[in-house]
Amino acid sequence: MIRLERIHLLSRADKLQPLRHFVRELAAQQGCCEENLDCMVMAINEACMNVIQHAYGGREDGEIIVEFWKDDEELLVRIYDFAEKVNLEGIKSRDLNEVRPGGLGVHIIHQVMDSVEYKNQADSVGNVLEMRKQLSMPVVCDAGTFENNKAKN
Amino acid sequence: MKYPVTQHLNYAVLQLTGEVDLSESPNARKQILNHIKNKSNLLVDLSSVEYIDSSGVASLVEGFQTARAEQLEFALVGVSSSAMQVLQLARLDSVFTIYDSLDDVKE
Repeated sequence: MIRLERIHLLSRADKLQPLRHFVRELAAQQGCCEENLDCMVMAINEACMNVIQHAYGGREDGEIIVEFWKDDEELLVRIYDFAEKVNLEGIKSRDLNEVRPGGLGVHIIHQVMDSVEYKNQADSVGNVLEMRKQLSMPVVCDAGTFENNKAKN
Repeated sequence: MKYPVTQHLNYAVLQLTGEVDLSESPNARKQILNHIKNKSNLLVDLSSVEYIDSSGVASLVEGFQTARAEQLEFALVGVSSSAMQVLQLARLDSVFTIYDSLDDVKE
């Protein structure tokens, strides 16, 4: 695997828009198809939003590191925070039959990415989210990756 | 972000534009709830939304639930493809009343 980029951002809502634009550009440069590119942007945005809101609890001076790795066919994204370790068992999608505001981020991440793994960092604080996505599946992309992802999940 | 409002039949039509993310969704939520507080049936026009995340969707869900509790109408109109993707992922496309355009809205 080759590391493509490692970026640092503060745990602030206004950092998300430039992050999304950066992800879109980087994934496109790596040959990511349009639908998978939307998936990557969505998942990384939701993941960083969860870090801002839940891991750092709205604190705006927390650090987030986003790393992008690539092999021949796949993009790997690692998102590090340095907040209190979270209970990994507690990170799960909620029941979507219950219509209420909030709690959709984890569900969306699992829907749009090929694999998702939450870990505690080895040090005393911090968490890592590791997500993988195929760069391009031309036939599937033309047919609509979202529908396929929904069916998959 | 500006929040243009027009009137259509017995609905206020609130337009959301651009990127409705964690920065903007508190403002969108406030606008939506203000209309409901003023006892107005509400159509939220999403035709110019380029991106919406789960915090923006949460504002719509809260508006929907608050309107229902107040026995007011709440619906979405002209949902952009990017917004529709998120609603479908959250399985909310079958929860909201969604109109393709204002022409489809009847009194």
